[in-house]
Amino acid sequence: MSDWPRVRLHVVTGKGGTGKTTVAAALALGLAREGRRVLLCEAEGRQGIAHLFDVEPLPYEERLIAVAPGEGEVLALAIDAEAALLEYLDMYYRLGRAGRALDRFGVIDFATTIAPGVRDVLLTGKVFEAFRRRDRDGRPVYDHIVLDAAPTGRITRFLNVNHEVAGLAKVGPIRKQADGIMQVLQSRGTAVHLVTLLEDMPVQETADAIGELTAADLPIGGIVVNQARSSPLTAATRKSVAEGTLDLAELIPGLSAAGLDDLPVGPEGLAGGLLAGAGEHVERLELEDGLLADVEGLDRPVYRLPQLGDGIDLAALYELADALCEQGMA
Amino acid sequence: MSGRRRRPALSARTSARGRGSPPRGSTHQRSKGRTPFDVDALLDDPATRIVVCCGSGGVGKTTTAAALGLRAAERGRSVVVLTIDPARRLAQALGLDELDNTPRPVKGHRGEGRLEAMMLDMKRTFDEVVESHASQAKARQILDNPFYIALSSSFAGTQEYMAMEKLGQLHARAETDASWDLIIVDTPPSRSALDFLDAPEHLASLLDGRFVRMLLAPARGPARLLSVGLGVVTAALNKVLGAQVLTDMQTFIAACDTLFGGFRQRAEATYALLQAAGTAFVVVATPEADALREATYFVERLSNEHMPLAGLVVNRVQDVMTPSLSASAAEQAAERLADHHPDEYEATAGLLLVHAERARLRQRQDRLRKGFAGAHPEVPTVGLAALAGDVHDLDGLRRVGDLLAAG
Repeated sequence: MSDWPRVRLHVVTGKGGTGKTTVAAALALGLAREGRRVLLCEAEGRQGIAHLFDVEPLPYEERLIAVAPGEGEVLALAIDAEAALLEYLDMYYRLGRAGRALDRFGVIDFATTIAPGVRDVLLTGKVFEAFRRRDRDGRPVYDHIVLDAAPTGRITRFLNVNHEVAGLAKVGPIRKQADGIMQVLQSRGTAVHLVTLLEDMPVQETADAIGELTAADLPIGGIVVNQARSSPLTAATRKSVAEGTLDLAELIPGLSAAGLDDLPVGPEGLAGGLLAGAGEHVERLELEDGLLADVEGLDRPVYRLPQLGDGIDLAALYELADALCEQGMA
Repeated sequence: MSGRRRRPALSARTSARGRGSPPRGSTHQRSKGRTPFDVDALLDDPATRIVVCCGSGGVGKTTTAAALGLRAAERGRSVVVLTIDPARRLAQALGLDELDNTPRPVKGHRGEGRLEAMMLDMKRTFDEVVESHASQAKARQILDNPFYIALSSSFAGTQEYMAMEKLGQLHARAETDASWDLIIVDTPPSRSALDFLDAPEHLASLLDGRFVRMLLAPARGPARLLSVGLGVVTAALNKVLGAQVLTDMQTFIAACDTLFGGFRQRAEATYALLQAAGTAFVVVATPEADALREATYFVERLSNEHMPLAGLVVNRVQDVMTPSLSASAAEQAAERLADHHPDEYEATAGLLLVHAERARLRQRQDRLRKGFAGAHPEVPTVGLAALAGDVHDLDGLRRVGDLLAAG
């Protein structure tokens, strides 16, 4: 059973380098199980989804990128602000000729780059459109939408489109559009999940972002601790390494028993090297435990994704999706 | 790509300044198969006046910039470090709790050199540009306009643009009163490492573009022909945004008319500064696919733009203490212990598995770095072992500097 039964729009943010695109993709795969249809959107123009799934750069169009157990489907879309504006103009104003004129005069570039909030309204607006889209029988086209959104430093401004355009457009269609988007974003149908690593800066930024999102009335989802280390050491070994009481002499008989006598470093050297490596490993674990306690102190559901030694490929994404399902995020 | 053609020029440049020469001494032995990056030679060379640290977000650019700055100062240079968005504790270590947008001395460094640091205040820098180029009344008009407010505080390229603006200011000051002989710049945490090269030009072209010029001079001479198109454009904008927006936009553009020539000129001057002989780029990455891909784009771009690349710093390399024991051999050994001695040697088996994990990670990192070196063997490289904790004091920065210099 998912922890987020009412949520249809999952926004994923995180500091740069924490793996928010990976988590967004794994979440989309998890949500797509049992025949559900999920749209995975990217709003930052990095083509991170294409890199992750190892496919050609995504065009501005929804296309099938992966399937999930039980005939589920994940479609992907790279949202482009300029294309979204042209589409928007065409859809609502039938600005065929004028739309092209706008583009020729550099207005589209100007509007999507400088006009405050317009870019974000367009990006979130496209998500909003997909969110509300229904098929002929009146059922939503997508069961879930996962948005790989702006990084934590900019997420509140990115989602708080209403506030952003308020200073600019007090009336008019852009304003109306922003109001509609805001209604969805602030509803119970939305959750903003935060991805972090167990490192100082990302944890700090996660805490800051939660404060800002709360102040903007945006619904906060869970915190995903990515690349969480698990230790192969038993509690007793970890303790003796941490306290420096594990003796080289204790290790050497084991190394002989394991058949590692004839390495060039010799048993002493090998035991010393292993112990030094374990020392760093344990020091890192202690730091991470402290940071995990900080994360848990933020009082949101916490999900942990393991560090995968061989990097991220499609198999790894399914593995991460499993982990998210087991822990109740998807 | 055209980057290939330019490579001879790049290497000629590097060797002319004493870099890229064969390894001297034993400190370089560890980076086998790669061109070592001699950080001290770069910092000691009085011809080096500007070092730009760039790379994708989260790779340790700020720490690298600060460590290079401290090391250069402790080797006798007068250094100013321009940081963009340092972690809180690192900022405190550099004495950056005051945000007055000018360099302040860093306390606690050793030796004869000087070290100052500052943190970029993007909005303040932009305001200063406006104030220095427009009359007081006009400046006020610009500063209050909603377009200006949005542009100066939220446009994604503004930080990049202002970082370069600040670099230009620091450089001008260094040239006139010799306040510093070395400027080290950190670059903004953009999604792509290339943003800071492109943002100033993009912003300048927007403010100087056809649309803007039309709004300013709708019906003069030959522009009259265009103004038919403009009528369609403004009608469309009015429809979508509301009339108020267009009025604001026109006011903003008319108000900063005087600045436009300035913006383009400044962007061009900055670009020229980045291509100048005293400038060196240090590309920072981590041994991960994304970060190295960005580093690759960046190296190629620098080469295309004739911007001098000093070297690549790869942060957070997994250190392996006993490289002669492979990951798989360690795993097999641990398995043998578990199979044949299930209740003994628990600690040994655990340590072997820890080693296996670390060695496997290192293997993957080496493979990724080899991919980079294969494409760009000429780029001097230094790898830095991952530190257990974050760096947040001068001792930590000094340690990073030592590691950088040791290769």
